[in-house]
Amino acid sequence: MSTATTELGHDDHHHHAPSGIKRWLYTTNHKDIGTLYLWFAFIMFLIGGAMAMVIRAELFQPGLQIVDPNFFNQMTTVHGLIMVFGAVMPAFTGLANWLVPMMIGAPDMALPRMNNWSFWILPMAFSILLASLFMEGGGPAFGWTFYAPLSTTYSNDTTALFVFSVHIMGISSIMGAINVIVTIFNMRAPGMTWMKMPLFVWTWLITAFLLIAVMPVLAGAVTMVLTDKFFGTSFFSASGGGDPVMFQHIFWFFGHPEVYIMILPAFGIISAIIPTFSRKKLFGYASMVYATTSIALLSFIVWAHHMFTTGMPVGAELFFMFATMLISVPTGVKVFNWVATMWRGSLTFEVPMLFALAFIVLFTIGGLSGLMLAIVPVDFQYHDTYFVVAHFHYVLVTGAIFSIMAAVYYWLPKWTGKMFDITLAKWHFWCSLISVNVLFFPMHFVGLAGMPRRIPDYALQFADFNKWISLGGFAFGLSQLIFLALLIKACRKKGEPVSDQVWEGAEGLEWEIPSPAPYHTFETPPVIK
Amino acid sequence: MTDNSHNTQSNNSKLVIKLVVVVIGMFGFAFALVPLYEVFCQITGINGKTSDTAAVYESIEIDRSRTITIEFITRTNTGMPWEFKAQTRKVEVYPGEMNQVDFYVKNNTTKSYVAQAVPSVSPGTAALYMNKTECFCFNNQPLNAGEEAIMPMKFYVDPQLPKDIKFFTLQYTLYDVTASAEGVAMNQG
Repeated sequence: MSTATTELGHDDHHHHAPSGIKRWLYTTNHKDIGTLYLWFAFIMFLIGGAMAMVIRAELFQPGLQIVDPNFFNQMTTVHGLIMVFGAVMPAFTGLANWLVPMMIGAPDMALPRMNNWSFWILPMAFSILLASLFMEGGGPAFGWTFYAPLSTTYSNDTTALFVFSVHIMGISSIMGAINVIVTIFNMRAPGMTWMKMPLFVWTWLITAFLLIAVMPVLAGAVTMVLTDKFFGTSFFSASGGGDPVMFQHIFWFFGHPEVYIMILPAFGIISAIIPTFSRKKLFGYASMVYATTSIALLSFIVWAHHMFTTGMPVGAELFFMFATMLISVPTGVKVFNWVATMWRGSLTFEVPMLFALAFIVLFTIGGLSGLMLAIVPVDFQYHDTYFVVAHFHYVLVTGAIFSIMAAVYYWLPKWTGKMFDITLAKWHFWCSLISVNVLFFPMHFVGLAGMPRRIPDYALQFADFNKWISLGGFAFGLSQLIFLALLIKACRKKGEPVSDQVWEGAEGLEWEIPSPAPYHTFETPPVIK
Repeated sequence: MTDNSHNTQSNNSKLVIKLVVVVIGMFGFAFALVPLYEVFCQITGINGKTSDTAAVYESIEIDRSRTITIEFITRTNTGMPWEFKAQTRKVEVYPGEMNQVDFYVKNNTTKSYVAQAVPSVSPGTAALYMNKTECFCFNNQPLNAGEEAIMPMKFYVDPQLPKDIKFFTLQYTLYDVTASAEGVAMNQG
């Protein structure tokens, strides 16, 4: 990881930070911690991706050939947990660490020591989770949603490790969120009023509020699983007076806001990139802020759309169906604002813009399949099929992850001071774009035809599509190695030096400081125009 | 937003304290959801659970203008080796009328078990109108090896039952609670 260092400026007039591993262990600098988060997220992305490769290899043809079903279940479970809590969320936190102080003209995050902690407990959490895979009976095998009674009655003893690792991940996210909120509330440069804040800052502020509202609920849910399993309580056990369906209510009360935690910062990133390469101001800034807020508020009243088939009264089903559909209104506002920003702009197609454009198109596909799933009678057909898998991979891979890649390409030159290898970046983009669609698009078809998710085997008629899906999966996995090569090269400071502004149309405080961004920035607050 | 760093420090700690209170509050809220869910289900009947205490039958007017068909389903949970069945599969009753249905259980194994039956009504709203004055499900049921028993269940359907419900199903699932019954006496229905 030390190859990823951002060198200390020689003219740095502060005390010299410790070097080597201690620099990273003890650092309280928001840029160092941002870098740590981003590398951690990328390593987790590769590990979680490797598990996806195991899944796709098993599903390459019908029948059981490579792994046994219990291990397959562990792979789907840990793949989900790692991608959600280890890749997407830490990557966004890393971007927030790097960018929020620079965007609001603050010298650092408000709580730098807590910042160090919130990062360094993450590797502990994931070591515990990954270690459980190698223990007797294997790791968690009940799906990342750990529905009771799968996680209580039918799980093995390593469930305790799963519970503790989720607790630690939760504490880390909560600390990160508190830090972001305090920084944005108290550290803005004079003149940086609320409605002048860049949208990435706005979306992260709202995300941080979602995090502190729902991560404790997740902690409560895993605690109940722990006590049900090991201490004889009956929160979710019908024989003791509990109710397994209640688990799903509590879980999805966390789970639905969680999916917006993973997409709102992406909206902020896209709202930064599209105006730059359209050379126009963002269309409808205020409506973007209000749309983000409404999505966040609505996210608390739609959770039961994950549970239509559990036997709800028709009135409740209708309520959750319409509330869910209502979310497409603020989301539509955003998509149309981005399109309107591009309208009659002087568009150029640098790599960040390519990822941003792919995001808009592919995220919208994921959004539309989400609308289909929101329709109650239709959901009875789609529930727990590959159609659902296609839906959430379109919004999470080509949504959240493409936006993170767009962000890395957009701000990387600012971080390193050198332009990344554009040829490699274009290869990465086109390979990812094509393979990700070969990977996830046919899942819609096999899902509609009735292929259930989370099963290591399938009926013969799905064989052709699954072969293509697996090939797309392997290609997408390999494409990420191009990204790895590019990042290593960029961190070694290879490439053309860039100007302070880096991109011709870029606007904002982070583009006014030198490239690479000095170790300490805005020690005296900037003047906001 | 101020140049005075002491001021910022104290502003920061005030905000951190508020946010930590929110976090602790939400952690508590997760547990508060448990009783909230119970109450919500009792009022709306959405999870199909019948009341776990005996209803008192007061002489109410029997509604002879309609009949309700009730079907009984019995099952044993995974790993529960008893035989369990309803003596009557299906009854047709007038709302407000007292009825009795007997259930047969037999412990076919060579060791003693304690069982707990958990009811579930479908459609769930009917559960609110299914009043039991006596039920084996109010207590747990011990049976020694090879023993058998007839367990009665007395009930009446509240005449307030919505007119559109003409048919509902009552299912009992028998759980093995031998392990927990040895320690604590169970009081759930």
